[in-house]
Order: sequence, then structure tokens, then C-alpha cells
Amino acid sequence: MPFSLAIVLVLLVLVLLPMAWLAVTSLRSDSGGPTLGNYRQLVGDASFLRPLFTTLWTSAAVGTVCLLFAAPMGWLVSRSDLPGKRALRLLILASFATPPFLGAFAWVLLGGPNAGLINQWYYALFGLKPFEASPLINIFSAGGMVFVMALYTFPYVFTFIANGLDVIPGELEEASSILGAPAWRTALDVTFPLVLPALLAGFLVAFLQAMTLFGPPAILALPARIDTMTTKIWSLFQFPPQLGLAAAASVPLLVVAIALLRTQTLLMGRRGYSIIGGKSGAITQHPLGAWKVPALALFAVVLGCSILLPYGVLLRTAFVRNWSAPAGLANLTLDNWRFVFIEFSQTRLALLNTFALGVTAATAGTVLATVIGYLCIRRLVWGHSVLGFLATAPVAIPGIVLAVGLFLAYTHPPLMLYGTLAIIFLAYVTKEMPVGYQQIRAALTAVHPELEDASRIFGATRLRALRDVTAPLIRNGVIATWILIFLGSIRELSATILLFTARTKTISVTMFDLRESNDWGPIAVLSITMLLITFAMIAVVTRFTQRRII
Amino acid sequence: MTGIARLLMSGLLTWSAVAIPALAQETTQAMLDAAAKEGKVVWYSSVDVKVAEAIAQAFKAAYPKIDVDVERSGSERVFQRINQEHQSGIRNVDVVNSSDASHFLFWKQQKWLAAHTPPDVKRYAPQFKDPDGYYADWRATLSVMGYNTNLVAEKDAPKSYADLLDPRWKGKLVKSHPGYSGTSLTGTYAIVKVLGWDYLAKLAKQDVQQLQSTTATPKSIASGERAVMVDGNEYNMFIEIDRKSPVKIIYPTEGTPFVTSPTAIFADAPHPNAARVFQNFLYTVKAQQLVVDMGGARSLHPDVKEPANRTPLSKIKLLPDDPAAMLPLVGEIKKRYTELFGN
Repeated sequence: MPFSLAIVLVLLVLVLLPMAWLAVTSLRSDSGGPTLGNYRQLVGDASFLRPLFTTLWTSAAVGTVCLLFAAPMGWLVSRSDLPGKRALRLLILASFATPPFLGAFAWVLLGGPNAGLINQWYYALFGLKPFEASPLINIFSAGGMVFVMALYTFPYVFTFIANGLDVIPGELEEASSILGAPAWRTALDVTFPLVLPALLAGFLVAFLQAMTLFGPPAILALPARIDTMTTKIWSLFQFPPQLGLAAAASVPLLVVAIALLRTQTLLMGRRGYSIIGGKSGAITQHPLGAWKVPALALFAVVLGCSILLPYGVLLRTAFVRNWSAPAGLANLTLDNWRFVFIEFSQTRLALLNTFALGVTAATAGTVLATVIGYLCIRRLVWGHSVLGFLATAPVAIPGIVLAVGLFLAYTHPPLMLYGTLAIIFLAYVTKEMPVGYQQIRAALTAVHPELEDASRIFGATRLRALRDVTAPLIRNGVIATWILIFLGSIRELSATILLFTARTKTISVTMFDLRESNDWGPIAVLSITMLLITFAMIAVVTRFTQRRII
Repeated sequence: MTGIARLLMSGLLTWSAVAIPALAQETTQAMLDAAAKEGKVVWYSSVDVKVAEAIAQAFKAAYPKIDVDVERSGSERVFQRINQEHQSGIRNVDVVNSSDASHFLFWKQQKWLAAHTPPDVKRYAPQFKDPDGYYADWRATLSVMGYNTNLVAEKDAPKSYADLLDPRWKGKLVKSHPGYSGTSLTGTYAIVKVLGWDYLAKLAKQDVQQLQSTTATPKSIASGERAVMVDGNEYNMFIEIDRKSPVKIIYPTEGTPFVTSPTAIFADAPHPNAARVFQNFLYTVKAQQLVVDMGGARSLHPDVKEPANRTPLSKIKLLPDDPAAMLPLVGEIKKRYTELFGN
């Protein structure tokens, strides 16, 4: 009882304290009295309404684009005889693991309207001249931002759809074809309605992801003088910070996020009807025949844009003096590497901070998620449902909104955490809590309580049963959780951007600083370093869990 | 308080300020030993990150026991970070360099700076240093226009700010942001004084690409992403020209904003001795020559030689900076600019 109370208290401090500060500050004037002035300014000022509108339509566009591409991709991987599925899934996992701000950096180098390499090829190919002809791609635009955000958000939608299709029994479709329906008819009348909830849920998740991103809008939209809500909130934090306005501007994001997730829960809650067929047999793999070519082309385009081209351009940029010039021998250099790892005095501190934060957040997050998961799933304590709710609630809090709340809560006594790694640590633990909790739940659900009961019948205490029976069985799940939180932490930008100080910089904000002075060589070197760390960790996680992440 | 007491008090204050300096001005052995114990100096600077790290390397070569932590950002961002840290009780910065000279007036008024005159600064002309010894102009640069020679022929290149309003430059211009960059802010102040806000309002309609740093715009035109730069550091242009990038500097006919960039030591610097050793080093002929040769800056040190291929300051029509007049207008300049050009 006191134990569970302590856990509830920890979660309340993590989740509700910053949100309470946010609410209170948004209703307070500079002099401290109660006011609705901040909200009045929010709805009356075009400089707030425009970013809000931009955020909403671009997020909806990201959701739509993701559906258009990821839905056929999901169907192809789940239901067709497409060759190379394993490799394709791996590449989709790579897009999932690529931090979106990193993709945005790469796409500046590829899709800058005049110097971007793709546009340079395009001009050269057609004998055109930059500025005279319009570019093939203008990445510095709302459309460019939507494109890049979709490239790194579609894996969420893909996963929803592929997994959704995997649980729809093949018999339903078989019945339809036995009754004489052509394949397209089966797809439209049987498969589509069954997978519709997954489609809508995928759209909502993509919307939510796009809405909360800070990197791509700051890198791609600001140069075109377009603000989104995240860049707007960030700009309110320039000294002296306009805290009341920033808090009020956070509220619409929070409200939309909660609404999206409520809708998603409703949709997914209905998925019960899709498994009426009981235990299903093998899923029919539709032969594609000549359609294999366009199907593979679809994957080639999407994965080319999200992985091959960006990684290629980052690798190229890391080894040349002038990124926009031909990569001849005279242009090749190791200077960027020497600069980053020998001269640049921020590299060491930023790497250390990033690792310290990753390791501590992953450890604390895993321990917390494991304890909460165990208490909830075994229903050991009173109020376990409250625990579960609090552990998943942060999923509805966009990173930058969480950061506003934490800034408000910890920049004054009694707990002055601003300027220390602790405040960023709190942000990461809170932000990653839902991921950790879901992972642990999944691992624990697979272990039937009977196993523990057996051990207890033979006289073991609960702790002993936990140590000797359950712990070894969920070990892999726990390790996977740790690594997922670690990965989520080392790439975090949208919350860190408000909370860092000179001594508490991470790799991601260091790269963002370098972007403001257009130092692309060092950015490329740090990007590659970050990707190498990420993929090494993913290799470890797949080894331990031996199961698909995507 | 009686008149006599007041007189005594002020006399006492003067005496204490003059007779017992907290630390020596020149680098002494005792200062070096204490600095070695402190181990490092934390330098917030707005100078291009590669120039900053080159200075740090040169300092470490001269003083191997003292490390340099460089925190580089735009001057306005540096100012915001220092003030935010100060307000939150964080003491991190030792030495600061900003291209918005009005920052030093503000910090001096707040009594946040330590008085310290590096030996070389004694030889600087009076207009390039604070009379009370709180700061001195470490470097200067011009906020110049520029263009990419592959994209614009020399005869077509704009000659003045007014030329940039020509419809043929629409969609080809790139500009830095006074909310981020001190050079851009100082330049904006000078441009507004000569041409008025009306000019900037018209410029904003030219589909200008909005970058942040005045170190970023020269790199942008060097890469060919944009053809003409509205404002950028002259020193980055010199660096690009030395690297054989296809760019040329334009000194606009209306005049070119002259931007001084002082450094100062904070009174509550966590590494006070290392800070003084470093500050003294920054103004030596050796460091100044490095900032000029490698860093493309203008030096105010009388013994420093400028490379022959650079237009001497005497041949350029300058728009001088005026930090004291600019200081009260900074907030308004940023606000009006952001309304026109975005964040």
C-alpha cells in the first residue's frame, strides 16, 4: 500500500506537476494576477492563428501522404508474394530509427532549390539554369516539410496496417474468392473494411507525430518564413521568455493530441470484430505477377527518399570540403572529422551528456515501467488502473509542451533543476514512459500467472517467485525496453531545445546550433555518428528479443 | 548622511577600486598557476565556430594546462543564454564575445562585468575600448552584401541596398536574422537609420530566404543556394574567397555597417584567473594576426598587418555603429523585423 502510493506519487510528479504549472501559468498575467489575456491574444493574433492553422493542415497532409504510401506497402508485405520482404522490413525499420531532424538536414542538401544535389542533377540533365527554371523540388516550403515529415512517420502507419492485416484471418478473404469475387472485389469489400480501423488509427498517429515535431519545421519551414506551433512556442522562449503566452500556446497542441488519442482508442477498441474467424490458418499470399515491378518501384521510391538518398548525401557531405561542388579528388577531405572529434570543444561534452542522459533515463524508465507493469498486470495493488493511466498519459503530451511545463515547474525554488541534466532527464523519462510501459506489458502478458502460482504453491515467497520464474522470462523484454528508451532519448530534440544550457547540451541541440550557421560538414559527421550508435543498439535489441520491431 | 560622510564614502570607494585591484592586469606567474588549477576557461562567442576553435587551439598551444570550452551561437542567442543563466543562478561563462556592442553596455549597467585591461589594449585607440576598462573591441567586421559569381555577372551585380528591390532579385536573396545575429542587428539599425523601415518592408516582399546567422549567409551563396546575400560577415566572405569559393563582396553605395565585437570577463566567472590569461591572449598581436589572417576579421590592434588582397577600411564608406543609441531600440527592431520577415 505505501509502496504503490509512492509509485503513484512519482508518476504524479512526473506527469501532472508540469501540466499543472502549464495550466496555472497560462491563466496568470505577468504581474501574477489571474487573467484570460494570454488566451485572448492567442485567438486574436494572426501570428498565433497562422502557425496553428499551418500545424493542423500540414499534420493532416502528413497523415494522408503516409496512408497513400504506407497502406499499399503494408498490404504488399503482409498479403503478397513480394520478394525481399525481410530486407524491406529492415529498411522500413531504418526509416523508423532515423531522427526526423536528421532527415531534414539531409534533405536541405538534396532538395535545396538551387544548390540541392537533386536539383543540380535535374538542371544539368535538362540543360536548365538555377533561378531561371523552377526547381524540381523546393524543400524550403510547407510542402517540403510535409514530404520530409512523412518520410519518417510512415513506418508508424505501415506497422499499424501490416500488423492489422496479419491478424485478419485469411479464411474471410478465401471465402470471398471461393464465392467468385475477383481479387479487387475481395480487397475492396472484405479486406478494406476489416483493416479500416487500422488505417484510421495509422492516420491519427501520423498526424500526432507530425504535429509534435520541432526539427523539420525549424530546419525547412523557418527559412521560408513559415511558423508552426512548435517553432512559435520555441520563439516565445527567447529571453526574456514569454511564459504565460508559451503556456497558453501549448494548450491547443495538448487538446488536439488528447482528442486524437481518444479517437484512436475508440477505433482500435472495435478491432474485436476482425478476428471472428477464430484461429486462422496461413494467410494467402497473392501472386503479384507482373505487378511485382510497380510494387517494388513503390518501395524503391519511398525507401530511396527516406534512407538511401539521405544517408548517401550525409556520407558524401562528411568527406568533402564543399558540399555543393562535385566530389572530385580535390574536394575530398577528412577535415570535417578532424574538426568534430579533435577541435570542436563541444563534441566531448555533448557526447557525454547524451550518453549520461540516455543511460540514466533508460535505466530509471525501465525500472519504473517494469514495476508499474507488474503491479498493473497482476492487479496487485489498489488503484492499479490509475497507475496504468498515468504511465500511458504522457503519450498525449507533445515533447515541447512537456518541456514548457518542466521549465515552469523547475526554474525556481524549491527545486531549481534548470541548468542541470536532471530536468532533461525528467523530460526523457516522462516522454518515454508510455513506450516502456507498453513494452513491459507485452512481455508480462506473455507470462501466465500460473507459472508464478506454481512456484508459490511450492512455498516460494512472491519476491522469490518473481526472481526465479518471472524475471528470467521477461528478461529480453526488459532489455528491449531499455534500448528503446535509450534510443528515444539520444535523438530527442523538441523538448531538449527548451531545456538545455551551455553545460547541458546534447548531440541533437549541438547539431541544431551548427545548422544555424550552415556548418554542414560537421553536421554530417555528427549525423553519421548518431546513426552508427543507433543501428548498433538496434542490432543488439534484435539479437536479444529475436522478434520484429516493425 | 552628512556631506562629509558621503564624501568619505565615495573617496573610500574610489580608493578601493584603484588601490586594490582584485587581480593583476598582465599575465603573472601566480595567475598562470591559479589558472592551471582552474583547468579551463569557458568562452561564449558569436564568432564563426571554426575561427573560435582555431583561436582555442592557438591558446592551448601557448598554455597547454588551460583548456578552452567554446560555446558558439549568434550574439543575440548568446545574450539570451547568459541572461537566462544569470536569472536562474547558473554561473558558467567566463569570457564573452558578442557582435552586438550594446550587450556590453547592458551588462556593465547591471554590474555583471569585471574591469580588466589586457596589456595590449592600452595601445588601442580610445573609441575601441570602454573608458572604465570593462571591455574592448576584440575584432570588427563589416556587414556586407555579396553575390555568387557563377550565378550573377559582375556587371549585373547589385551595387546598393536600393538595387535589391529590383524585381529581378525576387527569390534570389538570402538574409540573416537580427533576432539571432548581433552583426545583423547592428546592420539593421544602421540600414533603418539611412533608409527607414519602409525599405525593409519592401525588401520583405522580395521572397527573401531567412537564415539565422551572418556566418550562414556567405556559406549559402558560396554553395549557390542563393545568388545574392543581403547581409553577412565580411570575414566569412574573406574566408570563402581564400577557399576559392565563387563569391564576391559588395560594399553598398549607401555605406556598409561597421560592426565592432568586444569581449569582456564576467565578475562572477567560475574560472577568474584562466579568464584573465585568455582575455590577455585574445588581444596579443599573435592572436589578433590569427583572427585577421585565418578569420578574415578587421583588427583594431595598431601592430597588426592586413593581407594585401583586402580592401582597406579607409577606402570603404562605413556606417558606424552606435551601441548607446541602439540599446533602447533593440527590442523594437527585433519585433518589427520579425513582423516583416518571420522568425
